[in-house]
Amino acid sequence: MQKEPAVSADQMLAFETDCHLFSGCGFEAPGLHSFVFEPMFSIGGFDFNKPILLALVGTLAIVWFFWAAFAKPKVVPGKLQMIGEAGYDFIRRGVVYETMGKKEGEKYVPFVVALFFFVWVMNLWAVIPLAQFPVTSIFSIPLGLALVVYITWVGLTFKRHGFVGAFKNFTGYDKSLGAVLPMVVVIEFFSTLIVRPFTHSVRLFANMFAGHMLVALFTIATWYMLNGIGIAYSAVSFIMTIVMIAFELFIQVIQAYVFVLLTCSYLQGALAEEH
Amino acid sequence: MNALVNMAETEVPQNPLIPPIPEFVIGLIAFAIVFFFLWKKLLPSINKVLEERREAIEGGIEKAEAAQQEAADVLQQYKDQLAEARHEAARLRAEAQEQGAALIAEMRAEGQRQREEIIAAGHAQVEADRKQAAATLRQDVGKLATDLAGKLVGESLEDHARQSRVIDRFLDGLEEAAEADASGAAR
Repeated sequence: MQKEPAVSADQMLAFETDCHLFSGCGFEAPGLHSFVFEPMFSIGGFDFNKPILLALVGTLAIVWFFWAAFAKPKVVPGKLQMIGEAGYDFIRRGVVYETMGKKEGEKYVPFVVALFFFVWVMNLWAVIPLAQFPVTSIFSIPLGLALVVYITWVGLTFKRHGFVGAFKNFTGYDKSLGAVLPMVVVIEFFSTLIVRPFTHSVRLFANMFAGHMLVALFTIATWYMLNGIGIAYSAVSFIMTIVMIAFELFIQVIQAYVFVLLTCSYLQGALAEEH
Repeated sequence: MNALVNMAETEVPQNPLIPPIPEFVIGLIAFAIVFFFLWKKLLPSINKVLEERREAIEGGIEKAEAAQQEAADVLQQYKDQLAEARHEAARLRAEAQEQGAALIAEMRAEGQRQREEIIAAGHAQVEADRKQAAATLRQDVGKLATDLAGKLVGESLEDHARQSRVIDRFLDGLEEAAEADASGAAR
């Protein structure tokens, strides 16, 4: 691949630093190219680019945090342990027990807790200085997680209800529906088994993708308009950047929460008895 | 223009919904690492401590409850004992009073009886003594008087009846003199 200076600048800052309003240079809006990264280095033929690096560093950060908080726990907790416990308890009680109940849910607590903190930290990269890129806006990441969840709950459904029972569970088979039963079965089958993993992953991906696009747009615009009278516009854009970052912080948690809540809801559906 | 040029140059796979494979693999591995650590090591570790804490708190509460229960029991016991003791004391006091009253009455009666006995005995003794003294006196005096009279008159008073009459008359005279003496002494 041929690289020009402009492209490698793209790698670092996603836009050209010497391009301003009134300097005869067009505004370079963020777009799909903002989500594509050249490999930064490669080890043994495997190319490491920014999202991969962030995913790995984020993983280390999560493990480090929980290691520090939970590896040598005390009955009277320290600060870090207390924070960790609050997060753990929030997911365990607020999400898992709420949807699946304590008895059935207990087994899935580690999975859901890991899922929440993984998604959240990968989202959080969007506002971490110097990184400023949500790893979950690379579709591979939410898709992989959604597939893991999909395999888990589909497997659980078969295990719990047997082959025929599982299909009744997937399709919402109910004799009392009468004539519309075939239609319901087809729609339910389609929406449960085929559309569900897609919506599950795209919901997270699209939110983070759009969020990053917005923050990037205002950030780039702030810089671009920082020239002459444009400074006034630039100030507005800067304020919008701050607002969007705050908004993103909120969205990141919400999306991670929604992701695990849906996971629990799917698992709960798999466990549910047929009526 | 620049943007378009860039996009063309970086050979972007234009559909963002086509997942790049390396990221997919790394994402799964990264999640697996997080899941593995939490599942195998960290959550069991924290669960143990949470359980310990729960037990410590509940144990503390139980202990406190037990102590409170014990304290209440002891207090109740103490109160019972106190009430019993009061009751007992009152009973004893009443009994003692009763006994005392009975004792006093008995003593009084006994005293009275003894007094009367003593008085009666005294009276009897005095009467007996007096009678004995009177008899002895009468006898002695009679003899003395007879002897004396015999000597004085030089004649033996053979007539017994006359003798007695003389003696009686003499004695009556003596008694009168004694009584007059006694009243004089009393005065």
